Amino acid sequence: MGELIFIGLGLDSEEDISLRGLKAAEAADEVFLEAYTSLMPHLDIARLEELIGKRITRLSRRQMEEEMDYVLREARSKRIAILCPGDPFVATTHIALRIEAEKQGIKTKVINNASIISAVTSATGLQSYKLGRTVTLTFPQMGSIPETVYDVTKDNLAMGLHTLILLEIDVEGRRYLRIDEAVELLRALENRRKEGIFTEDRLIVGLARLGSEDMIVKADILARLKLYDFGLPPHSLLVPGRLHFMEKEALKILASAPDEALRGA
Amino acid sequence: MRDKRLVRNIGTLAHVDHGKTTLSDNLLMAAGMISPKVAGKALALDYVEIEQLRQMTVKAANVSLYHEVEGKPYVINLVDTPGHVDFTGHVTRSLRVMDGAIVVVDAVEGVMTQTETVVRQGLEERVRPLLFINKVDRLIKELRLGPRDIQRRFIEIIRDFNELIDLYGEPEFKEKWKVNPAKGTVAFGSALHKWGFTIPIAQKEGLKFDYIVDAYQKGYVEELAKEFPLYRAILDMVVQHIPNPVEAQRYRIPKLWKGDLNSELGKAMIECDEEGPTVICISKINVDPHAGIVATGRVFSGTVYEGEEVYLLSAKRVSRIQQVSLYMGPYREAVPEIPAGNIVALLGVEDARAGETIVDAQYKDTAAPFERLHYISEPVVTIAIEPVRSQDLPKLIDALRKMAIEDPTLHVRINEETGEYLISGMGALHLEITLWDLKQRTNLEVKTSPPVVVYRESVKTRSPVFEGKSPNKHNRVYISVEPLDEVALDLLQRGEVYEDQDWRTRAKILREKAGWSTDQARNIWAIDENLNVLVNLTSGVQYLREVRDTIIMGFRWAMREGPLAQEPVRGVKVILHDAQIHEDPAHRGPAQMIPATRRAIYAGFLTAKPVLLEPILRIDVKVPQDQLGGVLNVLTKRRGKISNIEQHGGLMYVRGEIPVSETFNLSDDMRSATMGKAFWSTQFLRWAPVPESLMKDLIVEIRKRKGLPEEVPRPEDFLGP
Repeated sequence: MGELIFIGLGLDSEEDISLRGLKAAEAADEVFLEAYTSLMPHLDIARLEELIGKRITRLSRRQMEEEMDYVLREARSKRIAILCPGDPFVATTHIALRIEAEKQGIKTKVINNASIISAVTSATGLQSYKLGRTVTLTFPQMGSIPETVYDVTKDNLAMGLHTLILLEIDVEGRRYLRIDEAVELLRALENRRKEGIFTEDRLIVGLARLGSEDMIVKADILARLKLYDFGLPPHSLLVPGRLHFMEKEALKILASAPDEALRGA
Repeated sequence: MRDKRLVRNIGTLAHVDHGKTTLSDNLLMAAGMISPKVAGKALALDYVEIEQLRQMTVKAANVSLYHEVEGKPYVINLVDTPGHVDFTGHVTRSLRVMDGAIVVVDAVEGVMTQTETVVRQGLEERVRPLLFINKVDRLIKELRLGPRDIQRRFIEIIRDFNELIDLYGEPEFKEKWKVNPAKGTVAFGSALHKWGFTIPIAQKEGLKFDYIVDAYQKGYVEELAKEFPLYRAILDMVVQHIPNPVEAQRYRIPKLWKGDLNSELGKAMIECDEEGPTVICISKINVDPHAGIVATGRVFSGTVYEGEEVYLLSAKRVSRIQQVSLYMGPYREAVPEIPAGNIVALLGVEDARAGETIVDAQYKDTAAPFERLHYISEPVVTIAIEPVRSQDLPKLIDALRKMAIEDPTLHVRINEETGEYLISGMGALHLEITLWDLKQRTNLEVKTSPPVVVYRESVKTRSPVFEGKSPNKHNRVYISVEPLDEVALDLLQRGEVYEDQDWRTRAKILREKAGWSTDQARNIWAIDENLNVLVNLTSGVQYLREVRDTIIMGFRWAMREGPLAQEPVRGVKVILHDAQIHEDPAHRGPAQMIPATRRAIYAGFLTAKPVLLEPILRIDVKVPQDQLGGVLNVLTKRRGKISNIEQHGGLMYVRGEIPVSETFNLSDDMRSATMGKAFWSTQFLRWAPVPESLMKDLIVEIRKRKGLPEEVPRPEDFLGP
């Protein structure tokens, strides 16, 4: 009987795989890599193949979604490992595959790893208890900017919660949303909605390459966020809700938040 | 031009070969544009050589004429319109900018099918028709009729003509607009021999029928033309009976323009106010080898001037007018400005296409476009074209692009898979002329495929509701498919209901005329160019607003290529009943929602008794009695249906219908079956289901041609796990 194992790769490079994940990959008959839901800044696939001692087959989004049958057919008789950036099920995509596998009697297993959802608390010192709904800011779709990001942030703020805004990474389209572009989109939304969510003096934390040696974490007001060079992707944003005094202090020390930026928070 | 009361905007309309172009030349002569000796022979308006060859004007040109009546100087803008049936799109576009029409009818042939078509189209646009009975010389010389028989013939034609006005005119105009020789709304004459008169002229100057008959018998036709020049009869009639732009716009604007009549623009157009905001409706685009794109149209309000900043409502672009000019023969003459009520040629509006509304840039956000021009004809035949030498491809593409700009009924597109260039038109003859024109312009050697009929796909019954899943399985849409009811389809086809219409107005029309429920009538999301409608019946679906555009895109894609044979879908109502949308925008982008929508539509389509529709032409044949059998034989052999046979003297008039797919080489067949004695014309009539016995093979044939698997997909193929 086959098995389908989802192995989290963590945030930064091939070295973030857990020992248990590495062993499971070594023991698998076939290893796939899903590399389209996120982007690991320092991942070297050749090095990862060396570590595992196996060839890795990259799966495109199309193969994962439309040719699910192919993966499932393999998993019926073999032990299949799917390597996923971050923690496998934080990006909701793979649940469809897992459910279908279980329905067909294929055992599934998950080996967890770090995800941006947990890393963001480590990087900023903000409390995980107070994280509200997470949302993705995408490139404009068919000419318009999805407003969900506005509604989610607004609801979270009303409850005093922090909002993690993931910025779209379109691995196959070779484009990713940078913080300076995201700020422009948020401004455009504010201009349309005018409900005081993404105002020029809104405190926001810009995050780049979380979990890497060269990560950047910088808190400032929206108007000044564009002045910083955040470097290579992936980028994301965090909009703090009501701040506990410990959180304020953490933002100052860990995210070099200027005093005047914290005044309103 | 300055005094609007001294301006007339007219055009000529006719059945093919009834003498429209020859009439235009007579009028040109009046304006001193060409010498009297040349008129009647040179066909000055036919500046494309091919048109001379075929003796028909294919493309509309415009001329400004000058005419004095009772010492007052009038400017008559003559919009020339083509007489060939395959190009009725051109006719409709010209009608918008003219207030009156001279309908030319051959005295021997009388009111014909295309006479009926053009009069009906004219009345739909509130264009007042006047009648010119042409080729009176034929009655005298060929039929050898005496004065009394000639008059009887006139009365018949006038009666038939007024019947058309009775049939197609709106109640408030038809009595007023019926023609009456005693009032001078009918002219009689011979455009070829350049003479003509109206009854008031004849009475005033003591002209008798005998005099005309004698002129031919005794050979003083030239004197007749000098004493009673045709242009005078026609232009007098125009000046006296066609309303000036101020009068005309008062009742035409409410019909032609669907914006708010009480708005600033509406009031200015109704008043034909040259001080008002600029509004121009473009009727025709030419690509001039030197000047580039020339847009011709009518100034309905304001005064357009060189350097003015304008906004193109359809193209959604701001442009600056580089040059303003009026027409003199086939030439343009630059002037600093042109006020409301006149026909104008503009340079600098590169993005304008026929039917565009151009407004003063300040009214960019508030102006409503002119009612969309609706065409009775749709493209039905396609050929593939490629240059013999592959290095000529850029030249070919460039020429085709220009021709498609000038002729919106010509569709040019690339087959993405094969890289072939495909051109589609209104009939085999239309494409034949296009290829001729192409050859004249470029001298390129091209290879073409045999003509291929364009089909449509549709459904006969209502499908169950299907669930369409996105590729990531995280979004679901629930959709059913059904045929659009006949009334709604007709409203769409006539342009009475359209996509960017005010939704309240549209809902009202659909409720009252087509009996739609309020719920459906109010919730139309999209109407595509092949007359399919997307209705949203969901309520309270979270995030629906954010995926609306992508669902609409999925609908449009599905309608562009149906599941049977990837032919366009026609006359289908797609209903969105429910949807479940993923929480996060990253998981519900276009790559997810478009396939989800298409799949559900295709599954629904395939379970709703799908059919292939083919274009059907109306055919009119005139043939001597002894050759009738041959005609009937040819038509029946080609799946034709005969609806009517009438005897007119020694001639039999046959009316019927025939599928376009059966009309290739029809000329040869018809000639050999009737010893070349049959005269016939065709016209697009409607789309009709392909007979069941032929449909399966036809679908396979189309799929093979397109390189698709022969097997039609099954509904299950679009559902998946």
